[in-house]
Amino acid sequence: MDSFLNSSRPLIFCPGCSHERVTKVLDKVFVNLGLDADKIALVSDIGCSGLFDTFFNTHAFHGLHGRALTYATGLKMARPDLNVIVTMGDGGLGIGGAHLLSTCRRNINLTLLVLNNFNYGMTGGQFSSTTPADAMGGSGFLNKLEKPMDVCQVAASAGAGFVTRTSVYDDNIAEEIENAIKFDGFSLIDMWGMCTGRFTKKNKLTPKTIDRSLGMLQALKGPVKENKREEYSKHYYRIAEDLSPAKKPACVDAVFEPLESKRQEIVILGSAGQRIITAGEILCLAGISQGLHATQKNDYPITVLRGHSVSELVLAKGKIGFTGITSPDIIIALADEGVKRRYKMLESLDENSLIIKSKGLELPRTKAGILEIDFKAQQIKSFDMALASLSVMAQLKKVISSEMLETALSTRFKGKILESSLGLIKSVSA
Amino acid sequence: MSLSFLEGNEAIARGAVAAGCRFFAGYPITPATTIFNNMLNLLPPSGGICLQGEDEIASIGFCLGASMAGLKVMTATSGPGISLYSEQISFAIGSEIPIVIINVQRLGPSTGSATKGADGDIQFMRWGNSSGLPVIVLSPVDVRDCFTLTMHAFNLAEKFRCPVFIAANKEISMTRESVDISALEIPETENRVLFSPDSGGKSFLPFDVENGKDVPDFLPIGGETLVRQTSSTHGKNGYITIDSHEIEKSQERLKQKIESNVGDFSFFDEIIKENSDTLIITYGVTARAAEEAVESLSHAAKPVSLLVLKTLWPVPEELIRQKAAKFKKILVVEMNLGQYVREIKRIVSDKKIDFLGIMNGTLITPDQIKEAVYHG
Repeated sequence: MDSFLNSSRPLIFCPGCSHERVTKVLDKVFVNLGLDADKIALVSDIGCSGLFDTFFNTHAFHGLHGRALTYATGLKMARPDLNVIVTMGDGGLGIGGAHLLSTCRRNINLTLLVLNNFNYGMTGGQFSSTTPADAMGGSGFLNKLEKPMDVCQVAASAGAGFVTRTSVYDDNIAEEIENAIKFDGFSLIDMWGMCTGRFTKKNKLTPKTIDRSLGMLQALKGPVKENKREEYSKHYYRIAEDLSPAKKPACVDAVFEPLESKRQEIVILGSAGQRIITAGEILCLAGISQGLHATQKNDYPITVLRGHSVSELVLAKGKIGFTGITSPDIIIALADEGVKRRYKMLESLDENSLIIKSKGLELPRTKAGILEIDFKAQQIKSFDMALASLSVMAQLKKVISSEMLETALSTRFKGKILESSLGLIKSVSA
Repeated sequence: MSLSFLEGNEAIARGAVAAGCRFFAGYPITPATTIFNNMLNLLPPSGGICLQGEDEIASIGFCLGASMAGLKVMTATSGPGISLYSEQISFAIGSEIPIVIINVQRLGPSTGSATKGADGDIQFMRWGNSSGLPVIVLSPVDVRDCFTLTMHAFNLAEKFRCPVFIAANKEISMTRESVDISALEIPETENRVLFSPDSGGKSFLPFDVENGKDVPDFLPIGGETLVRQTSSTHGKNGYITIDSHEIEKSQERLKQKIESNVGDFSFFDEIIKENSDTLIITYGVTARAAEEAVESLSHAAKPVSLLVLKTLWPVPEELIRQKAAKFKKILVVEMNLGQYVREIKRIVSDKKIDFLGIMNGTLITPDQIKEAVYHG
């Protein structure tokens, strides 16, 4: 193919705009590399650099301002064989800053061409993240207050595998782009150019002054040695290949006759670290082993190692509707944090409820029956109290039996954990 | 009988994979995070892709890129993330990119309460895009629905090339429930219709719609035929257009393709009691309390009936009108301060419409619903 340019879509840039030169050079690069049109996807950002996709006969994806790298990443992961080229201005660069940093860190094989012309051309020459402080533009004095960003330094320190700083007018620009596309990892070219419609109307900028300014900055060209590493999609697929397939959800057979015929509501009140939620799950599995349906609704704060942990469990013969609990049949109370969380509920219990509580724990005045267990005297640690309480329930033949509890533990645990939990439930005395 | 014990989020993830989802990207947020955890467990070992974006905007952006490469994609978040998705959702609507979006709603506004449920985003999901064009929103009641409605969501996203939301809720997504997986009513999997050069010998135009159809045929970016995708207002060739006639036709089509077909996917449950003159209309987790209220009143002098909507958007107007016809009074119950009741009032304007809405981080109870039935 001798050109990828779309003859039905002539270039529409302002006279003298450096984007026109980039378009033509990019076309030459595609030809030189001998790429097939269907192996190129051009992903364009917003503003004048967002027009690029229309000028080429390749796959094209034009999306929202600043988000081009996000689509390009999804596309490249889905189709690692495509050459994905992203065009973005200094505007998109600023608004999509988080995406730039992450793409550099990922080192995914995309080529990002930053068409850096120091302002938002399309919206009226407002300042961007690369506008010099002394420039005149569409944002009044505001650009004087901000330091322009050195895209290349940012990209290199964020982990980009390939970073090149150049002028659009550089004689070797085609070769630079070719090298970037050939690079197996994330490559970025910061190409400085002129926005004749806006920026150069108020600011002196020529290919010569661009060269002079670039000459004062640290030169960056090509692979960044310290960022050399495996390309992201290759790395992903290499690790994924060795992963074992996910297991199907465990099934529990109904092997016992149910102990209760009416809906049973159980609440476990504890604190973080007491394995309250695991105990709730075990109780539900023991319920399922008698052909009951079960729901488990948990309540805990956003912190992990501190605060209350409450598990609300419903077991019933048929389908369970409402999963909330208003008048529980059994309450297991193991810590102040949980008790405080359900204080009102505890106060309103009637004599049909049974509370299994850890010795020393203070409860509000209640009509419910209370069974106090001295876990400490039985040398049961705080994190085993919830499971030990299930064993107390089983010994009292409340809702579950010891056989059901053992079945549930064998479903949930294996090896040493199973052994120690079976040992624990046998060691508890009600 | 043999039952598994899963939370709604795991059922959503497994339903997605069963529907053919091959790409997931998300950003952690309670109460949606366990969907990400499950997808990470399910997808990579089977050749699928699961990514964590740097933020919500990136996560949905990854999905849109992968969807245009032809993969079935899903993302999951909660209200704060839906706010960040908003512009990408508008893009997916206007540019007809299939995507399933799980919104595990939590108590708002804003950061709100990470571990409390609510149904506060019902109108937000419908109207949270620029242009106001319609989306599809399905609302699960339990773990079974989480599995099967997610599968339907994929089918609808593929069929209509649009974003489809699952309006979940912390109280369904993070509640574990026993479920007989083998007894689920699994829908047949549907895929987007691919353009075939044999059909009429026409060359491919990315947004060309054949006569009698309302959705353009698809070809993936990366295939032999060159494909254009654009967020700009476009003609059928995928290039920007200023032709007002073409724009009008395409905007109208984007609306019609969703709204005129709702009869084909109006999912619902009902409990109709003889001699009742009140119909409760609700959705989501609240349906479970409503069902208990209705059953416990079944021997009362005046029993009540129940309609549980599982398709919320587009509003299944025909279904609602037809089901409401024989009742004198409607009671709408929802975990917010009055969102879907607006639609019911609009559709069933000739009846007395009562409303019960509570948004305080707790479930609405069967007793509160019974109270509203008699004293509302």
